[in-house]
Amino acid sequence: MIWQLEIIILVLVVVCAVGALAVRDLLGAAILFGAYSFLMCLLWAIMGAVDVAFTEASVGAGVSTVFFVAAVFRTSRRTRD
Amino acid sequence: MWDDFVRLAVAKANYWIYIVLMCIGLWGMIVKGNLVKKIIGMNILQTAIILFYVSIASKAGATLPIITHHGPGTDSIQAVGHINPLPHVLMLTAIVVAVATLGVALALAMRIHRDYGTLEEDELLAMMREK
Amino acid sequence: MRRLGLITAVLFGGLLAYATPDFPDWGDPRSPASTHVSPYYIQNSLADTAVPNIVTAVLADYRGYDTMFETTVIFAAGLACLFLLRNFGPRAVESRLYRHRPTGITLRIEQGGDLPENSAEFERIDSQWVPYDLIIRCAGRLVLPFIQLFALYVVAHGHHSPGGGFQGGVIFGAALIFYALSHDLRSTLGHLPEARSLIVAAVGVLIYVGTGVLCLLLGGAFLDYAALAGLLGVDPVMARSHGILMVEIGVALAVTTVMVSLYYYLATAGRLDEGL
Repeated sequence: MIWQLEIIILVLVVVCAVGALAVRDLLGAAILFGAYSFLMCLLWAIMGAVDVAFTEASVGAGVSTVFFVAAVFRTSRRTRD
Repeated sequence: MWDDFVRLAVAKANYWIYIVLMCIGLWGMIVKGNLVKKIIGMNILQTAIILFYVSIASKAGATLPIITHHGPGTDSIQAVGHINPLPHVLMLTAIVVAVATLGVALALAMRIHRDYGTLEEDELLAMMREK
Repeated sequence: MRRLGLITAVLFGGLLAYATPDFPDWGDPRSPASTHVSPYYIQNSLADTAVPNIVTAVLADYRGYDTMFETTVIFAAGLACLFLLRNFGPRAVESRLYRHRPTGITLRIEQGGDLPENSAEFERIDSQWVPYDLIIRCAGRLVLPFIQLFALYVVAHGHHSPGGGFQGGVIFGAALIFYALSHDLRSTLGHLPEARSLIVAAVGVLIYVGTGVLCLLLGGAFLDYAALAGLLGVDPVMARSHGILMVEIGVALAVTTVMVSLYYYLATAGRLDEGL
């Protein structure tokens, strides 16, 4: 395991999580959440949980993002906080 | 003292990050007014818990929980040599159930938007008080 | 409220951080999580089930009961979305949008208008802003068969490599969602109508439960696939491997169709008339 890579991913995961909650544009929040899921999947792949990483790559980064985009498209895109 | 602290911080880096993510998720669920933001916070909380479970499953120097069944050595499988598969199984199903609950949560949010025309918590509460 | 939320989150994190130094070190093979039942799984799963991927063996065999109800939960989520969002009422304005292909002009045809159905020059589109993109269509058409084939491979090869019913099902569902995104919702609904999708989801759960009941009828315990040995004509260890495959196919069917149904309801707000 490459620990420098893991530290970088751990920091990026936190940045993406904060970003997804802080952005005022809900479409941007959905995409940032997709990036967060994909970084999480990389982290789990590094830690040897290949099945979990595989599921997260297809579910979290793929289908969840589409669901969020669909919901944002059918409701409203702007938010006050 | 300082060495102890650094050792603790580095040896348990994953645990610290899962705590940070869990706090971010919980904070998002409580403080954010928009329902989609609350759902994102819920998902961050869920993935933080999954990160915790995957972290407790790891073993230093162990390989993936897939047994090489070709060639010699199939009858001497050592538990130390493979990562603990049990948390992986629990979390694998948890992720798929998480996306199912995400679908239901978004459906509820859309239903609220259809009936009230907004996703902001304070506006919703004001409308409910008027009724 | 904002301050209270922040205090709650920080207190919560502080409690967790207070307990963290007592945790076993990262990667400690003697930690409590890795000592009780998991060494048994690692050492015996290949001899018990002939499945090299321990995660699949534990998921579908040792803890098959757990996974059965997870599948039921996913099916219930699909049904919940149906009841929450499905809207059979008439639309406010009955109009259809068509694009004139050579010029790119969008036509709106109100109720009672003459509809250029099946015309080569006109195509029906979902909403006004859908751009006509030949590259996305062609790329989608080229990539789709490979995604679907890969999904089937993931389901079938879950015994030997990472994968299984959940992952394969999600990938197959994502392929159909991708088809709906790159083409339009109507053609996807033509291949997999709403009712058929939910029926297939129920069939997937039924395959899982049916495998368990079949084991019960053949004299074994519920979901003890060794009882299928006589029926399949193999020894009990291989029967467990085949039983896991049967169960995984049920899971894959349920997950695929529930993912597609969730997309149908969320992307159309329950009307099933126009996609994203």
